[in-house]
Parts: sequence; structure tokens; C-alpha cells
Amino acid sequence: MLRVEHLQAGTLPPLTFEVAAGECLAIEGPSGAGKTLLLRAIADLDPAPGQVFLNGAERNEWRRYVRYCAAEPAWWSDAPREAFKGAASGRAERLLHALGLDAAVLDRAVAALSTGERQRLALARALLDEPLVLLLDEPTAALDPQAAALVEELIKYQTLAGRSAILVSHDRGQIERLAHARLLLSKPETASVAAAAAP
Amino acid sequence: MSTIALTPLDLALAANLLAINAAISWGFGLRLERSIALAAARMVVQLALIGLVLKFIFAQTSPVWTLALVLVMAAAAGVEVVTRQHRRLKGWQALGLSSATLLFIGVAITSLGVGVIIGPEPWYAPRYVLPILGMVLGNAMTAMTLVLNTFCETLVRERAAIEARLALGAERREAVSGALRTSLRTGMTPILNSMATTGIVALPGMMTGQILAGADPLEAVKYQILIMFLIAAATALAAFFGGLGAMLLLTDKRHRLRLERLAAAA
Repeated sequence: MLRVEHLQAGTLPPLTFEVAAGECLAIEGPSGAGKTLLLRAIADLDPAPGQVFLNGAERNEWRRYVRYCAAEPAWWSDAPREAFKGAASGRAERLLHALGLDAAVLDRAVAALSTGERQRLALARALLDEPLVLLLDEPTAALDPQAAALVEELIKYQTLAGRSAILVSHDRGQIERLAHARLLLSKPETASVAAAAAP
Repeated sequence: MSTIALTPLDLALAANLLAINAAISWGFGLRLERSIALAAARMVVQLALIGLVLKFIFAQTSPVWTLALVLVMAAAAGVEVVTRQHRRLKGWQALGLSSATLLFIGVAITSLGVGVIIGPEPWYAPRYVLPILGMVLGNAMTAMTLVLNTFCETLVRERAAIEARLALGAERREAVSGALRTSLRTGMTPILNSMATTGIVALPGMMTGQILAGADPLEAVKYQILIMFLIAAATALAAFFGGLGAMLLLTDKRHRLRLERLAAAA
């Protein structure tokens, strides 16, 4: 599905790895190891040497099928509704429901929403038109255990449906529950892909 | 037409008014005395020089000399646009963009105004071309400066929101559309304000000049109306090309935001 070839994000060494359909790759490492930089480079937000192929296609052809969720999601309108325009009927409501949110939240001011609500809304926004790959930067960092469990359920459901995910997380338990493989970024020169036990 | 010629003594008398500026600077400890003196000296020298240049070029009535001054004016306007930015675009592209665009707008709008509408003999008569080009360029330059400044500032401030849209598959034009709209509006507002209040709040300089030079006020007004329309079109074009150019320079074909192409804030 997603193949990363000699991608060099920031000061990280060139990395090559693959995430198959239905697979979740976890990127681990201490703060400052370059996890977010790597995710941003895969999402093609920052210029970085190397290639990323989705089913053989080059980056500019797949940008609509790969969704990146920042750790601190940003919004471009006063209320989230704007970002959910054009979605298939009922899809937004179903996603919000799965994440424990009421549809009324779409019309509240973004500034008045809690960090956790904004984070879950951003995940729903990314899943609206069924992308093939999810790039998730600490998707449950701002959530209580109950909401985090709902998010994990949704991510799991996405991989079961054949989508791929790359997950940056500091939560060991979460990685064990969701990831099929791990990429450890400890020191830049020792980054490696290690197979994890199947969840 | 007759004008009352001013003597150097008359100008020296007017120069004494700067004592007011100096007194305020001195009284409040603004330390602007030096800047006031320097700015006033520059103004006098620059105007004296351009007076001599214009006198020379008017005497030649040659398309080559007129064109030469047109190029100098457009280049100077381009440099001014770039240096007035709070966050400048790095490299020569910004200077190329602003100078080339302003030259194009200046030549196109002035040709329309002078060549087609006024129709002097010869069509390149510097007495008509240069003052009108100056007004067109000056206003286009201001519009472009405002657009670039607002656009670059907005991109930096709203970076996260723009990248969120890009990360959701939006194309660059879509992702920066809000910033582009804000900056175009900012660039086009001064001429709208100016058109709406001219004749009530302000008597435009060109019209005042013609009246002082002895022209019939109604003739002067007709020229002023023509100039306002020319300026309105020029500012709209400058805003549009400035915004479009900045968007192309600060994003790339892969729909990425390239803010590293901006220099640090001045």
C-alpha cells in the first residue's frame, strides 16, 4: 500500500519501509526524536529527499487519499461545520457518534470546544471521504481513557476495513493494541523497523 | 494658462514650517530632528533633480528617452515594493515579480489613458505619459505592497490552518484562498476610499495642480475622473498579480506551503 523509500526528514537518516493495506505502523521514540517531522514528510507537507508511493503512484497523485492529523489540529473557520461540508449524507454524524460526540458540536465555536473535542473532530474530519492511509500524530494525547478507547476502536475499524495507518504515540499499551509493526526513532542513526506482536 | 512663479525665497519661507515638526520632536524627546532634516533635504534634492530630468526629456520629445524613464520608474517602484515588506520574499523572484508586473500595469494602463483616451500628439508625449504613469505606478505600488504584506503575514499566522487543509487533500489555491481574499481586499480598499471621498474630503493633487496652473476647474475635474478610473484599474491589477505571484512563490506544484522562502520579519 504505502511505500516509503529513502525518505530523509529533518536530521533523521534516510528511511525505507512499507505499510501494507490493513496494517498499522507505530512510530515510537522520545520527544524531539523526529516523529512528527517524519509524519509531516510522509504527508508531503515539508520538502524532504526520498520518495513515498501509494500503490505505486507518486506523491502528487495520492495526496487526496492520504490524511494527516496533527497533534494540535487547526481550523480555518469559526465553527467546525465548514470542514465537514460536502461529506456524504449521514457520514459526519456516524463518525461523530462513533467518537462519542453529538452532531451539535459542529456548530459550536471552535474556540469554545475542549482540546479533546477538537482532537476527535479532527479525526472525524480526516475520515470523512474514506482515505486509504491515515497519518496520526498522537491522536489520543488530549483524551480521557473513555474517549481514547473510542478513538482506538475507530482506528482499529479503519485497519480492519483495509486502510493503513501510521501512528505516532507515547502510549505503550495503545501501540500494543493497535500496531502490527513498530518504527523506533531513538537516536537518528539507529532508527529501525521492528515487527511487533500482532495485536 | 498663467502661473505665479515661486522664488527660492518663497520656498525658504515655507521651509521654516518644519520648525513645527522639529519643535514637537524636541518637546517630546522623539529624536526625529535628524530624520526630519534628512527627509526634507532628500525631498528638495530629489524633486529638483526630477524637475531637471523632466525639463530635459520634455525638450527631447523622444520615445527612447520617455521609455528609459518609464523603465527607471517601474524598477524603482519594484524595489520599493520589496523593501517595504515586513517579511520579504527571498531571492530575485520577488523583485522580478514586482518590477515586471508594475512595468506591465504601468505601460498598459498609461497607454490606454494617454494613447487611446487623451490622444496627444505625438502619442508618447512625455508631458502626458510621465505624470500619468507616475500616478498609476505610485498607486499600483501601494496596492501591491499592501497585498504582499497582508498575504505573507496571513500565511505565517495561519500556517497551521492552511496546512490542515493541505493535509486533508486541498489544493494550494483552495488552502490559501482565505489569505488571498483578505489581502486582495486590503489592497483594493484605499482606492475605493479615495474614490468615495475625493472632492469632499480631499481635492486630489493633480486637479489642484492644474487649477493652480490656471486650468478651468471643470477641465481639471475631467482629467481627475479619468485618472481615478485608470488608478482603480491599475490597483486592481497590481493586487491581483501581486497576490497570485506571491501564492505561486510561497507554495509549490506539490501543493506544499514554502514559508522558508520568506526572510525573517524585519
